[in-house]
Amino acid sequence: MIKYIKESLSQVYGNKPTRLSKAEQSDELKAIYQRKVGALSKEKLENARDEYHGSFIHKWKMRRWITLILVNFLFLLSYKFDIQLLEGALTASRFVGFHFADLNSALQVMLAYKHVVLNLLIGTTTVFTLWLLLGGRTFCSWVCPYHLLAEWAEFLHLWLVKKKLIKNHTFHRKTRSVLYVIFALLAFVSGYTVFEAISPTGIVSRAIIYGPGLALIWVGALLLFEVFYSRRAWCRYVCPIGITYAVVGTLSPVRITYNAEACHHEGDCRKLCEVPHVLDLTIRGRAHNVNQDVTSDCTRCGMCVDVCPTNSLNFKIIGLDKFL
Amino acid sequence: MTDTSNMSNTSKKAKPRISHNRRKSNRREFIRSAALTAGVISLSLAGLYPVLSGASNRLRPPGAIKKRKDEQKFFAACIKCGQCVQVCPVDAIKLSDIDEGVGLGIPYIDAREQACDFSCDGLQCVLACPTGALTHHLNYPADTRMGLARLDKPEACLAVQGKGFKGQARGADFKGVLRYSAIDRWHAIPVAQHPYDLELCNLCVRQCPIEISIAQCVTKNKKLAEEKKAGTLARVAEEFGNECPPKHAIKLQAIKRTDDQGNTKLSMTPTILDGCVGCGVCEMICPLENAPAIVVDSDKETNWS
Repeated sequence: MIKYIKESLSQVYGNKPTRLSKAEQSDELKAIYQRKVGALSKEKLENARDEYHGSFIHKWKMRRWITLILVNFLFLLSYKFDIQLLEGALTASRFVGFHFADLNSALQVMLAYKHVVLNLLIGTTTVFTLWLLLGGRTFCSWVCPYHLLAEWAEFLHLWLVKKKLIKNHTFHRKTRSVLYVIFALLAFVSGYTVFEAISPTGIVSRAIIYGPGLALIWVGALLLFEVFYSRRAWCRYVCPIGITYAVVGTLSPVRITYNAEACHHEGDCRKLCEVPHVLDLTIRGRAHNVNQDVTSDCTRCGMCVDVCPTNSLNFKIIGLDKFL
Repeated sequence: MTDTSNMSNTSKKAKPRISHNRRKSNRREFIRSAALTAGVISLSLAGLYPVLSGASNRLRPPGAIKKRKDEQKFFAACIKCGQCVQVCPVDAIKLSDIDEGVGLGIPYIDAREQACDFSCDGLQCVLACPTGALTHHLNYPADTRMGLARLDKPEACLAVQGKGFKGQARGADFKGVLRYSAIDRWHAIPVAQHPYDLELCNLCVRQCPIEISIAQCVTKNKKLAEEKKAGTLARVAEEFGNECPPKHAIKLQAIKRTDDQGNTKLSMTPTILDGCVGCGVCEMICPLENAPAIVVDSDKETNWS
């Protein structure tokens, strides 16, 4: 548990996943790696995937997209038809009367305002508990409306890269941590919630609910940047909301878990992952244990579960077996 | 991401060997990252400009925690969720766009288009605010001070000119609504559906929510006195000025004016009094076609901080 939290926080901060030397690896793991050299050809893997998933390999993606769209439209419906189910926007809302406040927005407000309001404290507690139960960065891939737009932009980006029309440019992942600290300091020093003015999460959420505005131009510019210059740049290297929920996620029972026994290291999962460093453990020789949980920077989007041909990556809820 | 995976191999041997190309690409990534940081930060700092230059000063919903032109506290406390927008029965509250920088998502009222007429009665925006950016320290419309009305163009005012007004206050196409208690106690109706026929234009006084509220209280008091119910709880509350606005907000006052020919004439002029809360109804209802004769200044001191 402590090890998982430490490794998670280290990766969220921007460090590369810890690598064990050969000497530190367990014999069991070494044996597994040895056994599978050249065991399955590409063709056989494809067949295995077809056999395992059938023809439809977007099960989790579809569940996720539907959830994301439903949640965001629930905001809109609540407002337009006055059904008072989910009022407000993603930054702060009331769900059947309960205060909800986005953790990062609330933090920015508290730092800028230098005063803790009770309703906000209640709101952050509910949201903290909610995402603690649901997986932390689950917020990113299952709720954040910008995530969906960025996913579509990513398809375009990958297609352009495949056609060799553009090249992807990476940034250092610690950029996000540096920005997190700067945004927190800026809010405190300036007394204004400066991050909120450029946060596409809030902008898109409000645009859905209250109608589009000029701010969407900024969101469009971000998407263009991601399509033509750097894949998923905002979510990977900038957004402090991701860090906030990743920290919550270190304590969450909902995780993606990896099984080295079943893995064939072909790397399909890493190719489509938003945060591929969390899947470095699927590279041959990188796992620490035969069964290992993916760190909390993972958004639990489930795309790796969808694509894995051998069921080596899966959702898991710690403690669920005790209830069932 | 995957191309920089051999950096952390520290547990083994002295130092990982890094090729020249790798070092070059690492350096490039570092420069790119620094540029990204600088870019994102300067963009967000640019958002401070509209606020610091005072360009974003506007009429805010009741209870906004601000002092004169200093809206910093209000901007800081607001979490930009728009719950105040959602509960307003007359859709008076709107959210600022990105041209107001860090004011993005902050609520404002464009009084000329749709003023706050307090037809919610209970200050629902204040109740809905999750952060106290709209302070909970006020209970009744009369407690607020969003701004203060001012007769901006006395020479254009119909009352000052001694003119009446007949027709729809803002024309047939005006979308704004107001609650006319005599017509519908609970719902506001379009101003366009309520034509007037006035011998002397007194729309700003006639539609002032504070004045309407005072008039209703007076009627109620009379009724209670007739029914000999003086001394009941409701009466006590009213006497202490909770529900009933304690001060008048606006009245038509007779003043002497000298016209171009030097003749002295008696005319009526709207005079703003201490009880004005700056809701903007007078600005909205003023029937002049272009600019209204009476406007609300949003940079007046609030009365609770």
